[in-house]
Amino acid sequence: MHIQVNVNGEMREADVEPRLLLVHFIRDYLGLTGTHWGCDTSNCGACTVHLDGEPVKSCTILAVRADGHEVTTIEGIWSGTGLTPVQEGFHEEHGLQCGFCTPGMIMTATALLERNPDPTEEEIRAAISGNLCRCTGYENIIRAVRWAADHRTAREEVSA
Amino acid sequence: MQVPARFEYEVATSVEGAISLLQRYGSETRLLAGGHSLIPMMKLRLASPEVLVDIHRLDKDLRYIRDDGGTLRIGALARHKDVLESELVKEHYTLLTDAETMIADPLVRNMGTVGGALANGDPAEDLPAAFVALGAEVVARGPDGERTIAVEDLYTGPYETVLEPVDIITELRCSRQPAGSAYFKVERRAGDYASAAIGVALNLADGKIEDVRIGMCGVGSTTLRARETEELLRGQRPGAELYGRAGERAAEESNPLEDARGTAPYKRDLVRVLVGRALEKAVERAEVV
Repeated sequence: MHIQVNVNGEMREADVEPRLLLVHFIRDYLGLTGTHWGCDTSNCGACTVHLDGEPVKSCTILAVRADGHEVTTIEGIWSGTGLTPVQEGFHEEHGLQCGFCTPGMIMTATALLERNPDPTEEEIRAAISGNLCRCTGYENIIRAVRWAADHRTAREEVSA
Repeated sequence: MQVPARFEYEVATSVEGAISLLQRYGSETRLLAGGHSLIPMMKLRLASPEVLVDIHRLDKDLRYIRDDGGTLRIGALARHKDVLESELVKEHYTLLTDAETMIADPLVRNMGTVGGALANGDPAEDLPAAFVALGAEVVARGPDGERTIAVEDLYTGPYETVLEPVDIITELRCSRQPAGSAYFKVERRAGDYASAAIGVALNLADGKIEDVRIGMCGVGSTTLRARETEELLRGQRPGAELYGRAGERAAEESNPLEDARGTAPYKRDLVRVLVGRALEKAVERAEVV
């Protein structure tokens, strides 16, 4: 089946089998290997991308389901001028060790802050409950998201 | 790498169109809504449909949650997330909000649909038990028109429903608005299916339980309704002693099987405890109103 998917603002086309999963379309057809392929059972969230702005697990979505829709991957959140506040937060607060869960965590955290710019710790914990960190570095991940919330707000105030 | 078996893929653009596709392709066809139960089953080859009819483009018709003169109407393509975020649901059908906070995780709830959760027929799925407690009905449409089926009559066995292969669930409808309701669940880890879960919805009159319904999840070959327990409660004054007796009766009414989520006696004991807790919380919420 021929599909057209807007990936990171660019229209991408391919002929794919209906059974191809979105994560493999992103990694193998488009070469965007920032999206990680983890448990393959919709548990770990390493494959999290945004589908029409919502964070979802791309190992459990058919690529054909994304036909005519918008997908954003970790490569697509780059602001053009530097790291995003969430990426910077992970750097500042040591929000990653091995880094495997990081793209998924950042996609989930980015979506959280778009909807809720000032989340409580409990809200952050709930939001990332579908993303597993095999290093169990959750405390620093929560701090990283909180760091992003603080600095994101500060930036908005500056730009306003 | 888990890959589903080959299938043909069709996209429906209307409910009627989906029904025609189901008719054309026959009984080895499955509707694809959020896909967060079906696709994992296909990846494990527990399901190998020949054709998938993707219905996500019916969002425009089937994704809504609204109050219709005291009747709650939830479109089949409402996502779990929509239910969780609905103020209407939180205020009047609180057990659905309780249940949704514990269904899978936020990413799965962005995709998974209410209609899919009902149609899949997993006896450990939370929403059917919550809807049984509400006395809700499923609205199903087929080639011969529309019919309603009480959720408690929907299942004939694990993953087996009374729906015909050409039927599509379009709506969940609940004409009864309980004064208080609650859903309690024990899971092995966050986001897991229930080892056992209990939904209770009730009304009080003159300080007595007037009308009560109890749905049980994960403790039988289908979603169960605890009718004898409801009978025991009706007309009684709420209190710890009554909750204790109700829990024991419900434990007898449940029929759990041993699996990775627990032994049968353990699950029965969960029923006993969770019925008590759900009753207490539902009464507390009813009294606040």
